[in-house]
Amino acid sequence: MIEHLLVVVLLAFLAATAIAVIRLSNLYAAVMLFGIYSLLSASLFLVMDAPDVAFTEAAVGAGIATVLMLTTLSLASDRENEKPLRRGQPLKLVVVAVTGLALAWGTLDLPGYGDPDAPAHSHVAPRYIEDSPRAIGIDNMVTSILASYRGFDTLGEVAVIFTAGLGVMLLLGRTISSGSRSKSGGRKHGGSKSGD
Amino acid sequence: MGESTVGASPVTNQPVLRVTAKVLIPLIMLFALYVQFHGDFSPGGGFQAGVIFGSAVILYGLVFGEQRAARALPPGLLRWLACGGLLLYGGVGLACIASGGAFLEYGILTENPVDGQHLGILLVEVGVGLTVTSVMVTIFSVFAGRRQA
Repeated sequence: MIEHLLVVVLLAFLAATAIAVIRLSNLYAAVMLFGIYSLLSASLFLVMDAPDVAFTEAAVGAGIATVLMLTTLSLASDRENEKPLRRGQPLKLVVVAVTGLALAWGTLDLPGYGDPDAPAHSHVAPRYIEDSPRAIGIDNMVTSILASYRGFDTLGEVAVIFTAGLGVMLLLGRTISSGSRSKSGGRKHGGSKSGD
Repeated sequence: MGESTVGASPVTNQPVLRVTAKVLIPLIMLFALYVQFHGDFSPGGGFQAGVIFGSAVILYGLVFGEQRAARALPPGLLRWLACGGLLLYGGVGLACIASGGAFLEYGILTENPVDGQHLGILLVEVGVGLTVTSVMVTIFSVFAGRRQA
C-alpha cells in the first residue's frame, strides 16, 4: 500500500517536472529540473527493487549529464530562442494526440509489473537464478549477468562509451590537447596532440 | 572574457564550496572504489564506480579550476587509460581464447572455473571502470577547455 502511494507520488512529481521543463524558457533552470527528473526516476527504480539501475540513473542522469549540459550552456546561450506562439494549428494537436494514444495503447500489450509469466522472467532468467550461484559464485546476480553471461554486450557498451569520448575529443578537443591555448594553434592538424 | 580561466571564475573563490568539496572529494573517491570492488556483493560495478570517480574529479575541476584537475590527471594519461580499459576488457577475452576457451569464457582462466569467473569479472570490471572514468573526465575537460579558448 505504502509502496503504491510512493510510486504514485513519484510519478506525479515526474509529470510535474516534465511539464515545468517544457514551459521554462530559462535553460539553466530546465537543466536543473532535468537533474531532478533523473533523481526522481532513480527513486522510482529503487522502489521497483532495481538498485543497480537506480545507481546508474542517479550518477549519470542527475550527476554527469547535468554537469555536461551546464558546460554546454556556458558555451552557448542560456535562453531559448523565443518563437512567437502560433495558434490555430489543429493538425499538430491531432498528430500529438494520436501518437500519444497509440503509445498508450501499445502499453496495454505489455505484461503486468512483476508478472511471473512475463517473457523476461520465463526465458533465460530462471537459468541465471538457478545456475549463477554455483557456476559463477557471486552474490550480486546482476554483476554475474552483466559481466559474464552478457559479457559481450558489456564489452560493446564500453566500446560505445569509448567511441563517444573519442568523438568528443576529435570534434572539440583540439584546443586543450595543445598545451598553449592559442585560438589559431588549436585548428592545426599538428603533432602537438601526442605531446602529453 | 577572453582572459578569464575557470581557475579565476567566481565559483573558485567561495570558501564554503572549497571546504565542502575538499571534505567530500576523498569520500566520493573512496565510495567509488567501494562500489568498484564490492560490486560482487552489493549493487554497482565498474560502470557506476567509473561515473562516481569521474564526478569526484569533475567536482574538483569545477571548484578548484580545470587546470589543477588537469595537473592531477593529465589529458594524455586519461587517453591512455580510456584505451587501456577497453583493451583490458578485450584482452581478457583474448586470454580466454588463448587458454583454449571461447571469447570471454572466464572459467577457463584458472583450474577452478568459479575462481576463473571471479578473476575474469574482476579484471573486466576494472577495465570498465577505467574507461568510464577517463571518458567522463575527458568529455568534461574538453567542454570546459573549449569555454576558456
